[in-house]
Amino acid sequence: MTDVLVEPEVASDPLAPVLKIECLNVDFHTIDGWVRVVDDVSLVVPAGTTVRLVGESGSGKTVTSLAAIGLLPPDTTRVTGSIRLAGEELVGASSARLSRRRGRDVAMVFQEPRRSLDPVFTVGYQIAEVLRRHEGLDRRAARSRAVEMLDRVGIADAERRFGAYPHEFSGGMCQRVMLAIALACRPRLLIADEATTALDVTVQKEMLALMNDLQDELGVAILFITHDLSVVAETCDWVNVMYAGQVVESTAVDRLFHEPRHPYTEGLLAAIPDPQRRRLQAIPGVVPAPTSWPTGCRFSPRCDYAREGVCTSGAIPLEPAGGAQLTRCARHAEIELKGVLA
Amino acid sequence: MSPLLVANGLHKSYPQGRSLWGRARPAQSVVRDVSFHVDRGETLGIVGETGAGKSTVGRMVLRLVEADSGHVSFDGTDLSTLSPASLRRMRQRMTMIFQDPFNSLDPRMTLRAAVREPLTLHTSLGGAEKEARVRELLERVGMRQDHLDRYPREFSGGQLQRIAIARALAADPDFIVCDEPVAALDLSIQAQVLNLLLDLQQERGLSYLFISHDLSLVRFLAHRVAVMSQGVIVEQGTPEEVFTDPKHPYTRALVSAIPTPRPTRVSRWPAGFPAPGPSRPATERRSR
Repeated sequence: MTDVLVEPEVASDPLAPVLKIECLNVDFHTIDGWVRVVDDVSLVVPAGTTVRLVGESGSGKTVTSLAAIGLLPPDTTRVTGSIRLAGEELVGASSARLSRRRGRDVAMVFQEPRRSLDPVFTVGYQIAEVLRRHEGLDRRAARSRAVEMLDRVGIADAERRFGAYPHEFSGGMCQRVMLAIALACRPRLLIADEATTALDVTVQKEMLALMNDLQDELGVAILFITHDLSVVAETCDWVNVMYAGQVVESTAVDRLFHEPRHPYTEGLLAAIPDPQRRRLQAIPGVVPAPTSWPTGCRFSPRCDYAREGVCTSGAIPLEPAGGAQLTRCARHAEIELKGVLA
Repeated sequence: MSPLLVANGLHKSYPQGRSLWGRARPAQSVVRDVSFHVDRGETLGIVGETGAGKSTVGRMVLRLVEADSGHVSFDGTDLSTLSPASLRRMRQRMTMIFQDPFNSLDPRMTLRAAVREPLTLHTSLGGAEKEARVRELLERVGMRQDHLDRYPREFSGGQLQRIAIARALAADPDFIVCDEPVAALDLSIQAQVLNLLLDLQQERGLSYLFISHDLSLVRFLAHRVAVMSQGVIVEQGTPEEVFTDPKHPYTRALVSAIPTPRPTRVSRWPAGFPAPGPSRPATERRSR
């Protein structure tokens, strides 16, 4: 289709990432003043790959993704650092520029497909709308492309379903429509925020397979945000684990399960229900709120390996821990952590 | 010994209202001919996808929803014939934990009041005894004494679910229906709540009807499993039978869809691609 989106920089260098976030900080304005919710986050998403961002509620994973697509409200948030989408800096970009990027170069799919769709317009109209807005297609051309997209995301009888309303579709079908809207303009990057969380397991499996196929077909890079460790391994290349606003481990997906290098990752793996064991290993305590992040390692109060001093003072950097794996653990060289796969 | 709870031929349908012309629409049947039993000290897991009717079954067992036909008997007593007063007495022995702890506790009740309420309803304890029992229960689920006068809004989801468990335990029940009790909780907190449920079962010989959409969870914690689809139990058995050798096509589809922690494709990460890089000051720092 249209090649206008391929910029020289990316076309010439296959290793240039679609998304590159460096030292991202996000602060929210609250009644108590500015509160940091994302702290020193760096990550890359190379073209055609799938990167998972994993974390529990309040870890800052959604805020990171909203920053990457420029959807944080500018008057109550402060974003510093660098976010490069296909080489273009987004931090400090005007809202008009961000708006042009959204839907065309980067698109997002959310957790609740039914709430993301507008109930008063047909699903077909909502797909065509993106094409008319970003590619300037006329009504008829937009319609035929929208039908094509519906067909691609696996909606049977797409021509007839074009005129259907969201309430006539199941949750899984609505999520397929969301995917069709997101991918209609062939973006370089798709951000999926808990996109399969509300779906039943069988539908979730279909969705993940569909995203994998569409990635093959369109070459889109995917940043997939989830709290569910069990879907992390599915069709994924790289994982970033977030805790209390920071990336604490960054690794290829197989190493995450074999050789975690951060105690938090180890704890999460041990908390997965396993019929071989009759008791789960729980991580004691709760995730700290952004206003009460501990000094030093933020996981240290809940960590069995923590030592007074090394773990409780100063900022702990994200460091290489063998190969390309990175960890934000001050004692990673001294401790032996267990994975779940032999 | 006879089972603690027996459900026999449960059936439930909901009327669909009338069409524009006043004609009655056919009723939608949500549970059809569901039968099972739960032994003493046993956990029966009910799994199924959205709309399978599993929550309706959980409610019919406690008569929170009245079944159209079929019987539930608890410890030899047929619940469907009980008068409201004797049903209330029976409810001392059977209770429920709901999915969403944020909505299942009264926001205007302190912890003390929330846990004390079932004691007032079901027991004839005096004030001091009740107070002692409330403290004992909250301590058992891992809450501190200084939490007693606080309100639900001051607690996290995992803490609230533990409070809900304390409340469910107050009247010393034999049987608890757990309807997706950890679905709203983070993984690290989920383990705390599940361990508590397992420990309590050992200590008190509790029986659970554990309803969940999460197959790996049910496999981990149930002694027997019933798989529901479209209002019908399609398969029942031990977790080993159901998960390693599923007989029904629906169960097979469900089991094959369980995500595994094994990477499912050859990594597409470009060879030699620089990792995100250790933290260092950004080359460009700009403020929006």
